[in-house]
Amino acid sequence: MKRVALYAAAAGFMVFAGFPFYWMLLTAFKQNRDLYVGAFDTRHVPWVFNDPPTLEHVRLLFGQTEFPRWVLNTLVVVVAVVAITVAVAVPAGYSLARLTGRWGERLGMGIFFTYLIPPTLLFIPFSRVVALLGLQNSLGALILVYPTITIPFCTWLVMGFVRSVPWDIEEQAMIDGYSRLAVILKVAPRLIVPGILTVVVFSFTLVMQEFVYALTFLSSVDRMTVSLGVPIALVRGDVYHWGALMAAALVISIPLAIIYNLFIDRFIQGFTMGAVKG
Amino acid sequence: MIPRRTLADREDVLGVAMLAPALVYVILLVGVPFVLAILLSFSNATAGSLSFGWAGGRNYAAILGDPIFLRSLRNTAIVTIGSQVLVVVLATAAAQVFRAAFHGKRLARLVLLLPWAVPVSLAAIAWTWIFDSTFSVLNWTLKATHLMHGWLYWLGDPGLALVAIIIVQAWRIFPFATVIVLAGLASIPQDVVEAAIVDGAGFWRRLFKVELPLLLPVVAVAVLFGVVYTATDLGVVYILTGGGPANTTQVLPSLAFQRGVLGADLGQGAAIAVFLLPFLIVVAVAMLRLARRAEVGTR
Repeated sequence: MKRVALYAAAAGFMVFAGFPFYWMLLTAFKQNRDLYVGAFDTRHVPWVFNDPPTLEHVRLLFGQTEFPRWVLNTLVVVVAVVAITVAVAVPAGYSLARLTGRWGERLGMGIFFTYLIPPTLLFIPFSRVVALLGLQNSLGALILVYPTITIPFCTWLVMGFVRSVPWDIEEQAMIDGYSRLAVILKVAPRLIVPGILTVVVFSFTLVMQEFVYALTFLSSVDRMTVSLGVPIALVRGDVYHWGALMAAALVISIPLAIIYNLFIDRFIQGFTMGAVKG
Repeated sequence: MIPRRTLADREDVLGVAMLAPALVYVILLVGVPFVLAILLSFSNATAGSLSFGWAGGRNYAAILGDPIFLRSLRNTAIVTIGSQVLVVVLATAAAQVFRAAFHGKRLARLVLLLPWAVPVSLAAIAWTWIFDSTFSVLNWTLKATHLMHGWLYWLGDPGLALVAIIIVQAWRIFPFATVIVLAGLASIPQDVVEAAIVDGAGFWRRLFKVELPLLLPVVAVAVLFGVVYTATDLGVVYILTGGGPANTTQVLPSLAFQRGVLGADLGQGAAIAVFLLPFLIVVAVAMLRLARRAEVGTR
């Protein structure tokens, strides 16, 4: 009885969480005549394929829309933002954990709090800053601005990670005659590889997900990133390419979900701060 | 950490050098724009020109007399509170389920995390399709099961549209809250729970008298992030309803975008966005208190 209730509850949560993705899947592969049947027709069951599935929408998405271009744009931004974030946040997190002593913790929390300042408060001043720098409608604007989200969070993540790494290996290296700087350059990076990887994944997922800044800065369809182009530019006038739209949403969501699944526990450590003692 | 006296100075130098780029980035590109956001709200700046004139409290006077703004302020509060109440209920319940062992749990966890992993704009467009006025699968299901005889215009009716927005916000945030609560459950000392069992406490009693009180700080963290993510979110409202019908579902971020970016009135847009600050200050203060409590707890 208890087992039944458990499975029923688990199934309920899966249906609620997963149903829009099931709907994406159906829509992406349904033929138009199966797709566009009004919901008032109760004899036509929309939950299943009534006609054989088709690749028509996927072909449209990859062949006749700017989607491949958006993927490419997104990757350009991903590479740049990941590079900037790793270069800036990893040393900062290490410094706060090992070098700055007591005030490091306060400062670390201060930096983390800037993560709470949302894009929707900053997009208006940024639209002016971006105009002043001549970066309107360019991926450069995103590359400049996205690290304002990734750096605070990742600095905090790395700080927590470095703290969890025992100090003795670095200490031993110093006893062996390494200078402090040599330890940082030669010994420490190997020890914090998982932390760096988490930073890479967080920055990657953030760029994939961000919408507000992309919406504010980018206006040409060929400059857009995936998270902007799909919902904004695949809907033109009255013509809704729902099949292609849902295919795009699915193609992007599934890999992201798998990556998230692998790294969620590390992200959560960053969010819970001191509230959970592991 | 064992500070070596002879190297202390160099550690200081290294520490500052390694921290400096992050500090400079945050100060220049978060701190300065933040101040600029507040300054702009007192200015008559527009997107077209780079002039910057002092307007005093005129932007604030204008929006405070604007029923659309007052409605967006109310909507922001309704959506935030409504979705977070749902999130707390769903997340504590889901955490109870997912702490147990069952077959297919790995797959179930992957599915549970989907709403949190998917880009918010793509989730919003999928829900727009689900709530479509002609093809809504929800309407079909309600009709086919005879739960409904009329028709629901999900995104065309102000009240229903707000409900739709709350559902989508709760849907995308509850997985994140669930994982946080699970982390909290894992950190509850087992002896406390065992003592409660020995004392004869049943499931519900254990849940409400022992576990939930211990979980409170963790649930608070989940809610605080949830408040930030919901109150400051533009994507869901912008894509789902565009603030419509007739501006009845505008929230602060969507209205700020409409006036400040689309309408090019930077001053008024900034003034609207500034009203997000009370939400954020409450969250920041609560987090500081939680962090301090955790600090005291470990000592």
